[in-house]
Amino acid sequence: MTEPCYITASCQITPGKVVKDGALLMENENIAPISYLQWLYEQKGYNYPKFYKMDGLSRLGWLAAECLLEGSFDKNRYAPEQVGLICCNRNSSLDTDTRYYDTVKTIPSPALFVYTLPNIVLGEICIRHQFRGENDFFIFERFEPVFLQAYVQQLMQENVFEACICGWLEFLGEAYQACLYLVEKPASKNSVPFTTATIQTIYENTHG
Amino acid sequence: MRPVFTIADNIISPLAFGTASNYAAICRGESGVRQHTKPGIAPFPFYAALFDELADTSHIDTIAGNFTKFERLLIASAKDALGNAGIDPADPRTLFIISSTKGNVSLLEDDKTVSPSAIGLASSAAKIAAHFQSPNQPLVISNACISGLTALLTGMRLISSGKYDHAVVSGADIISSFILSGFQSFQAISAAPCRPFDVARNGINLGEAAATIVLSSDPAQSKLRLAGGAVTNDANHISGPSRTGEELALAIRQALHRAALTTADIGFISAHGTATLYNDEMESKAFGLLGMNAIPINSLKGYYGHTLGAAGLVESAIAITTLQQQEMPGTKGYAVSGVSQPLQLSDKTVPVHAKHCLKTASGFGGCNAALVFSR
Repeated sequence: MTEPCYITASCQITPGKVVKDGALLMENENIAPISYLQWLYEQKGYNYPKFYKMDGLSRLGWLAAECLLEGSFDKNRYAPEQVGLICCNRNSSLDTDTRYYDTVKTIPSPALFVYTLPNIVLGEICIRHQFRGENDFFIFERFEPVFLQAYVQQLMQENVFEACICGWLEFLGEAYQACLYLVEKPASKNSVPFTTATIQTIYENTHG
Repeated sequence: MRPVFTIADNIISPLAFGTASNYAAICRGESGVRQHTKPGIAPFPFYAALFDELADTSHIDTIAGNFTKFERLLIASAKDALGNAGIDPADPRTLFIISSTKGNVSLLEDDKTVSPSAIGLASSAAKIAAHFQSPNQPLVISNACISGLTALLTGMRLISSGKYDHAVVSGADIISSFILSGFQSFQAISAAPCRPFDVARNGINLGEAAATIVLSSDPAQSKLRLAGGAVTNDANHISGPSRTGEELALAIRQALHRAALTTADIGFISAHGTATLYNDEMESKAFGLLGMNAIPINSLKGYYGHTLGAAGLVESAIAITTLQQQEMPGTKGYAVSGVSQPLQLSDKTVPVHAKHCLKTASGFGGCNAALVFSR
């Protein structure tokens, strides 16, 4: 029998907007898409110097995970290895690949090269929150709610992890979208059932 | 939950075409790693295992259609494995899974304005699935150096849950100036053939390979079972391995638990063994933490170099053959231990008495993977 799981929080970041649990959290339309992420970091008053070393995809994912978990996640409920991450995107690390390859003709940059893998953002989130569970990165042409729901449901069922941060983390040039949601077994006050339909709704809600 | 079997496999490497001929070559101590002078890849001579050393490329060259070298290699590998698997790739119950770190990234070197979809792993996977007339959307896993093992684990789960009956899991990476310059910038490239776990080790050799393992719920043609697997994260550093090995040890412990086995059941270990100072030391600590010091262990990087997204599949295919033949290839380049934990290493092929084996890998982003294969 399938044990129900719930989405206990969600966060969506697109240029100029943050939507948390379906409602508009922060907006700034008068800022370039790239500057928005740094603006967000400063507005939130975060103090995590490694943020400045990260590439665009990792900054995006790191911020989305912060906003996702703030006020919504009780870390003490889980052992480090009980929290997993299953994410995906379309263009892997292509944004940083291009930037890195520009340095190859002069002095290849190790600081950029390390970000030329899509799963590095998952490592950054694990380091920040000390999550040690499974982390997998898939590449799809588009957001695939059917696969993502069924696969994560199965892994929750098999107790591979007890909580999972899932979703879409795409960053290329001026265009980016982070849509993360937190899947847990117990329902909470504002949780919604973990279904294909609910994750599609969260993915489509970029405006709150 | 249904058991999942490995029913066919293929390796294409600079040494040979096919798993059996690769296994025979490495048991004889042959290596695909040699010094190359290729200004298109690096401004200096470098050691690597590159495809232009492969004597017979007819299996790859004869694939018709508009494919890149990366895609052609994946198709050639999958085609050979499917020829031995006796399953229909066009069956809706068959899924294709592709593992790669950088796929077609070399296109970026020729043309910076290349379209993202031409370079994208999802479009390569779609072309490959279409070539085999698969009606299903293929999966692509890009999890750094553990990609091949993650892809096998994903295929295993989707079969055990009943979603599919068969999975064709293929991986490949091509060495270009992008990849070589990057590892060089980390000072991770050895100036000589690599020496996994040896006291004189000083870095990796890169390698090119493609490999495929076909998984199935049908034991009729079965070689072995893929009995369990696990993935963990160090949560420590994005480009350096754990200082303690605890997280790789955790992945091994979880994989064994899921396979309902203990460390005492493992007859040999196919390690990652990249020959960097820190990776090999971390691995030795992980095996030490689990008391696995006396189990025969090898690294295949001295034969193939580090083949990135193909590595987990190449090394699993060799591990599967080792379980069948009960002869484990040695660790080429190893002479004197240079890790803090004693390990059962040898540079010679040795007999093993193994019903189960462990395959491990670790990669950038702090990820670790462990799989268990059973006879």
